[in-house]
Parts: sequence; C-alpha cells; structure tokens
Amino acid sequence: MRFGIVVFPGSNCDADCYHVIDQVLGQPVEYIWHQEKSVRGFDALIIPGGFSYGDYLRTGAIARFSPVMQEVIEFAHRGGLVIGICNGFQILLEAGLLPGAMLRNDSLQFRCGPVNLRVKTRDSAFTRCFEPDEVITLPIAHGEGNYYCDDETLKELIEFDQIALTYCDERGEETPLSNPNGSTANIAGILNRGRNVLGMMPHPERMAEKLLGGEDGLRVFASMLRCFEEGCS
Amino acid sequence: MNAGKPWQEMGLTDDEYRQIVEIMGREPNRVELGMFAVMWSEHCGYKSSRPLLKYFPTSGPRVLQGPGENAGIVDIGDGQALVFKIESHNHPSAIEPYQGAATGVGGIVRDIFTMGARPIALLNSLRFGPLDDDWNRYLFSKVVAGIGDYGNCLGIPTVAGEVYFHPSYKDNPLVNAMCVGLVATDEIARAVAGEVGRPLLLVGARTGRDGIHGATFASEELSAESETRRPAVQVGDPFMEKLLLEACLELIKEDLAAGMQDLGAAGLTSSVAESASRGGRGAVIDVLKVPRREAGMTPYEVMLSESQERMLVVPREGAVKRIQEIFEKWGLEAAVIGHITDDGILRVMEGEEIAGEVPVKALTDLCPVYHRESSQPDYIAEKKNFDLSSIAEAGDYNRILRELLGIHSLSSKEWVYRQYDYQVQTNTVLVPGDADAAVLRIKGTTKGVAVTVDCNSRYCYLDPYQGGMMAVCEAARNLACTGARPLAVTNCLNFGNPEKPGVYWQMEQAIKGMAEAARVLNTPIVSGNVSLYNETRGGEAVLPTPVVGMVGLLPDVTRRVDMALKNEGDVLILLGENRDGIGGSEYLALVHGVEAGTLPEIDPAQESRLIELLLTLAERGKLKSCHDISEGGLAFCLAESCITGGIGAVVDITGLRGRLDGLLFGEGPSRAVASVSRSDVDTVLEMAEKGQVPAVVIGRVEGKRLRLVYGGRTLIDQDVNELSAIWRGAITWAMS
Repeated sequence: MRFGIVVFPGSNCDADCYHVIDQVLGQPVEYIWHQEKSVRGFDALIIPGGFSYGDYLRTGAIARFSPVMQEVIEFAHRGGLVIGICNGFQILLEAGLLPGAMLRNDSLQFRCGPVNLRVKTRDSAFTRCFEPDEVITLPIAHGEGNYYCDDETLKELIEFDQIALTYCDERGEETPLSNPNGSTANIAGILNRGRNVLGMMPHPERMAEKLLGGEDGLRVFASMLRCFEEGCS
Repeated sequence: MNAGKPWQEMGLTDDEYRQIVEIMGREPNRVELGMFAVMWSEHCGYKSSRPLLKYFPTSGPRVLQGPGENAGIVDIGDGQALVFKIESHNHPSAIEPYQGAATGVGGIVRDIFTMGARPIALLNSLRFGPLDDDWNRYLFSKVVAGIGDYGNCLGIPTVAGEVYFHPSYKDNPLVNAMCVGLVATDEIARAVAGEVGRPLLLVGARTGRDGIHGATFASEELSAESETRRPAVQVGDPFMEKLLLEACLELIKEDLAAGMQDLGAAGLTSSVAESASRGGRGAVIDVLKVPRREAGMTPYEVMLSESQERMLVVPREGAVKRIQEIFEKWGLEAAVIGHITDDGILRVMEGEEIAGEVPVKALTDLCPVYHRESSQPDYIAEKKNFDLSSIAEAGDYNRILRELLGIHSLSSKEWVYRQYDYQVQTNTVLVPGDADAAVLRIKGTTKGVAVTVDCNSRYCYLDPYQGGMMAVCEAARNLACTGARPLAVTNCLNFGNPEKPGVYWQMEQAIKGMAEAARVLNTPIVSGNVSLYNETRGGEAVLPTPVVGMVGLLPDVTRRVDMALKNEGDVLILLGENRDGIGGSEYLALVHGVEAGTLPEIDPAQESRLIELLLTLAERGKLKSCHDISEGGLAFCLAESCITGGIGAVVDITGLRGRLDGLLFGEGPSRAVASVSRSDVDTVLEMAEKGQVPAVVIGRVEGKRLRLVYGGRTLIDQDVNELSAIWRGAITWAMS
C-alpha cells in the first residue's frame, strides 16, 4: 500500500508520519511537495500536522490554496483514503472535505499531553482495528483544536455516524473535564459522509511504538492497511 | 542624551573611544562607531568574563568542538555527534516578554543549524519574581507562551527545563534557552575563511529597524528608561525560521556552503566581521543590496539591525545559482550583498559612497579585556556564620511537606510544559515530569540522549564556589538517574554588574567551582554564554545564576530509568552518603524564613562514584525507578516518586544519623533514592559496596500513602493523592 505525505512549508509532523509508515508499518511512502500537481499512484494520503504557512491568517486557511490540494480533493472524491492530523485536520476543514471549523482552544493556551479518546465507530477505514467504544490514549499538541459546528451539522454527524473519536475520561465518559479544548460534543475526529476521509486532532503517529508509550496510534494506520488489503477502496 | 560624546550613548567608555580613535587613526563616523559599540559590548566581546572563562576545562576525547564556534560538539559514536549551546535573552524578555523569549529560542536554534545539525530538542531555564505579583505572573505567562509558540511552530520538541521564583528576579527575569542538535560527523559545517572574491549571500528574512543596538542594551543595567528600549527588542517569525532551517540544512547536505554565519547579536556587523576574520580577510558590502522591510533605512540602521531569521552564507565556488534555487523553493530571498576581500577591512558601501571602513580584526580581536576588581562581599561571612542550631528541629512535618510541595519553584511544572510540544519528532522517550532528565532516542540506533538544565541560585548566592560545583554535579546526577552517562556541559552565566567587586567575585568563584566539578566528572564545558548587568531597579544584583546545561548518552535507550515508583513490594534504597545539613535549604527558607547557613559539603569525586554506580545499575536493568535528592530533601524526593507512580511507600529512617528536619528536608548532594525488585536488593547493595557508595535499605513501595517513620515514631503520613493534588495544582492555581 503506497502512502503519500503532503508537505507544505511549515509542516512539521511529515517526517514523523513517514517514519511510522516506513519503519513501523513497513509500507512504501513518499513525500508530496505542496506544488505538485498530481497524486497519482498513491493508495492513501496523509496531511500531517505542523504550522502550514505559519498558520498566519487562520490555521490551514492558506494551505488549501496550494496546487496539490485540488488533487487531494479530487482524490478524496474518487474514494481515496485521506487522513488529516492536527493541522492536517484544519486544512481538510478549510478545503471543505469535512464540515465545521476550528477555533482557538477555550483555555487560550497551546495544549500538549496525552488524552483519553473513545472510538465512536468502527465502521471506517481508519478505525476497524479498534473495539467498539474502546477507550484509547493518544497525545494532542495544538493551540486551535476547538472543533465547532452548528446544531444542524452536529445532528447530521451523529445521524450518519461520522463522529470517529471523542475526548473522554478513562472510563469512556465524555465529560467537560476530559475535553481539552472546548470542542463541540467533545469531538476529536470526524469522518466525511463517504467514510474515506478522516480528520483528527490527536497525533496517532506519536503513539505507534511501545518505546514511546503505546501503540494505539499505530492501529489507525493498521486499519487503513487492513482496509486496503481487504479491498475497501 | 550626550550630544558631545555619542559613544557614551552607545555604551562605550571614554577610554574605549580613545582606543578606537587610535586604531582608526582618526575619529570614527557614526556607522563605524556603532559597529564598534556593538562588537565591543559585553554581550559580544565578553570583555569582563573572558579572563575567567579560561578556568573551564574545554577538551576531552569526545569533544569535536569546544568554545569559540556557534556551538559545542561532542561525539556520540556511530559517526554521529551532538551540537548544543545555551544562551540568555534576559533583557529583551524583561521589556517585551513574549517576543524576547521567542527570539531567544530563534537565536539558539540558528546557532545549532548553522553548524549543519538538525535541532532535536529545546530546553529552557527561567527565573521570575514570586507569583503573588501581577507583573511577575504577566512576565511568566508571556515568556512561556513566547517559548512555546516559537518552538512549537518550528517542530522542535521542548523537552526539559527549570523554573524558579525568587524576589531577586522581579525586575530582571532570566530567560535562558538551550538547543541540542544531531549531526553526522562528516557533515559538520564550520565557518571557514572565505576565499577572496567569494560573494556574500544574505538569506532569509528582510532587514528592518528592530533590535538596533540589542547587544548594547543587553550589556547595561535595566532602568526606568529601559521601557523606551522596546525597539531594541527583536520580533520573531518562527515560520520564516522553519523555512530557513530546512533550506540551510539542504544547502549543507549538498555541500554548497563554505561558511554560514547566523545574524544574531550585532546583526550584519558581527556576521560579516566573523566571516571575514577567519583567515584574516576583509569584506565589502553594499547596504543598498540588503533586502529591506522598511524604506529609508540608513547604513547605520542596516548594519546594526538585529532583525531575526537571517543568515549570511559564503558559497562554495560556483554554487550561488544552486543556492538561490534552494532558497527559492522554500520561498526565501538570497541576495548577494558583497564579497570577501584581501585587505582586512570591513568596508560598508551605500551604492558608490563609502559609509564606513573598519579593520575587521579591530572588531573581532581588539575588544578590550577587563580584569575587574574582585572582593568577597560582606554578606557571605554573615550568612555562612548563621547559627543553624538556633533553628528548632521539631515541627509539624506533615504540614511542612505539604507546604514544600506547593512551593512554585518545587511543584510540578505541568502548567508550563503542557504549553510546549514536547513530542514532535517522535523521539521523546522520557517526557517532562517523567524523570530527572528528558531522554530522546536516536532513530536508527539503540542509543538514547539525556538532557537537563540545572542551577540552584540560592546555593550560588550563599557560596558561589560550592554552588557552582553543585550545579554541575546535580546536572550530571540527573542524567545518571535516567541511566545516561554525562558527556559535556554548556553554561549560561547570569550575574549582576561585573564592575562591582562583589559581583565579580561571585562570578569568579562560581566559575572556579564549576570548572573543578566539570574536571572531576569528565564533563568538559564546550559552549556557553555570559549575561551580565542583571540587576533590579534598585541596583541589587540578581542571585548569581550560572545555569548548567548538560547532555548525556545511553548506549541502550530501552534501559532508561524514570522516577515513578512501580510495584508493591519493591524495595527503596538510599544511595550516597546521608548528609543532614539544612543550610541553604528550601525548608529553611520556607519554614524559618532564613536564606543562610553553611551549605552541605560536596565532593565531586564522591558524586562521580555515585554516577558510575547508577550507570552500572541502569545498564544491568536493576533500577525500577531512580530520583535524585535535591530541593526539599529526602521527603520531597520520595513524595515525587510516589506521586508520579501513583503509589505509596513506607519508609523507616531510624538508622540515619542527624537532626530530624535535616534527614527529611536537608538538601545534601550526591544522593538518590532507587526502587528495586526484592530479588535484586542484595546484588544492588553489593554493587554499591564495590563502587564505594554508601547504600541503605530505607523502605518499600506499598499502599496509597507515604509514611516516614523514625524510631517507631511516625513523622509523615500522607495520602499520595492529596500530595499529588497540591504538587500538580500549585502553579495552575496561582495562574488562574
């Protein structure tokens, strides 16, 4: 399974994702510079975290105008697997591949550290290696991860089972205290209607090796691989 | 303003001005005078500290680069090396805390990638006035945000640090930033003499009017007028720095640069002079070719601007085009602003006009050196002679422990480090709060690198020689507690006005103490920075604060050790000779309001034996946890290991000799508490004996409470969850 990692000026988790795909998952992977005009030959695309274009103006707002983003959008529309992590999630929102918007954390501070997450659906290319409603641990690291959508959108997200991950306590309860940034309905990750695009604020690539504290994150990428091998996309 | 003596306004003395006139053979013009002023500032010229820095041991089998370059370098085997340095940004942060701190990070990061290394870790050492004051809280929160925002954007993890609060720092906070980079030894970029005729490329950000005379500003005492110095503070753009970093590393990978010099203090003046001075060259530059951010800048402003995120590159022959292509790919400008000459003169042109001509060596080598007057200040004897036996030994030890856990200097720094991305690059194996030092793995090897920064400035105030030794020893011990062998030191010497004999004496003593400890521990000092004139508005020097940054190496990173107690029944062993001294302790300051007393003795040779033992134990996998005893003493050390492990302990210290408050809260050095499996106890004790380190079983891991018993009497009995809430919440409460 060939992964492509889209690199913008200011991306800084590109090498981390590369390491996991290449060294841990053991799959072919290549960087895609933001000025590329084709994403042919890739089976999945990763939009990594970082500060694309310095996050000036608004997180992800400038990156979506990069030449490669039109290709990413078409790739997604054709059913290709796309995962946006942290800043990548913000870019997918700005590009209209996922609904809603991102606000500053309600603490008004950058937040780094482990969070508990509840896997809300197994029915996606990214979550099939998890148990239903399993509680997992992944790190977050963001200043603007406060997911916002209007009531109508939230209703649809719930109705179509598009909420992939929520912030929760260790027992899986989605409490206000376990919400690190003020996100609507404790949302940490959402899918598109077609279930082939995932945006998530936590960093699965940072929790993909025992040496770094756990492998919950690896299972996100392993899910994508299993999906590919089972011929889901 | 002194219109008749413009040099005074620029921070030069009458005598220095006379020297300049003598060197030049005429009166310098304003541009030339400005260039001298910044290059001869304390910040750039080290004119007060240079005679003292020679005490430091700077070489060793692993040292590939000692002081004198942008950063020090040590070999870590397998063709790899660590490049590291710490630097201050104190004065800018006092005036504009967010930008001051942010650009402090930017500057130290450039020092590292200038040498061809990819930055892999950031650390910081911070000092503020107490948090019960609005202004101090403002400075603290803005400095932390500035450090975080800059490092986070760059994608360099901020993995360790220290924060202390003391009234002496109220007007003059200390902001020291350290960066560690990884480089292949055959890709180390050292600045070399540019060949005559070689062009000089200025790359990165455009030049603006920010930071003019920043280096001069950093070399004087802060005053009520310092507020007007705000324009001397630079403004940072981490996105630009990220692009510059990637572009410069690409340049080095392709071996396109003969030399690179970042533009830091003294801006273009310093970087051009440094580039030309190697090999005795000169340089000519045209300020009109410098890309500007603002119209109408004078040659004086262009030469002295400290605009951030700029780099001067001397290309290899014929490489200009390829270099420009790489910078263009990253959306950066690379302008040819001049070239290397053979006449030893730095000539500043404005088009066809000569704006200034100065001998390069006069700027870089002829800066005057001052052997300042040194004398022991009166307070030293008075503090040392304080009668510790007048302090009541008895007390409510439960209450004291709880209060110590809530002291902002000692409590958890989670409020700080959760604002730093400490995991990006996916190497951080021990994260902040896990252990006495952060540990990073080196991808593609089994190796790990441990990093720490340390200084107890109260010790340095009471006894600068011993305090200096203790700073080095504690840093080394912190690394050893994680299983890493201490390799080398960088330091940031923060002191007051060196023209005061008492301050100079503090600096001299601290340096000698650090040098002695570094020699015994085989940890040479390979880079550093000096920050002087750190004083309050009342003219009082800050506590002497020689911050030690240290790097260490683990051959097998899977053997790293953290400080959290693990399993019920594990045995607690006190390693190192027990010392009950309460002199200079946090306990004495907190409970008795006394910052005085003779410090507990320290013997670097003994420290060295403890370190060797810890390394052997870690390598053989005998340590389930290890935590050094420092501020707050044994009781505090145990509490932290309980809290981070989420488990209790029962400890009996009946066998230890000394006054009870000293046994619990004394800060005698060269000690650590390890937890080991029951089956390993005998082996560990044997190994300790062989290593000539006193070791005694003091208790076991058990339950959910921390209990300390002496002679059948319970001294401390506390619920770990409650201790945890105090320790974790202290700073958060103060800041909300």
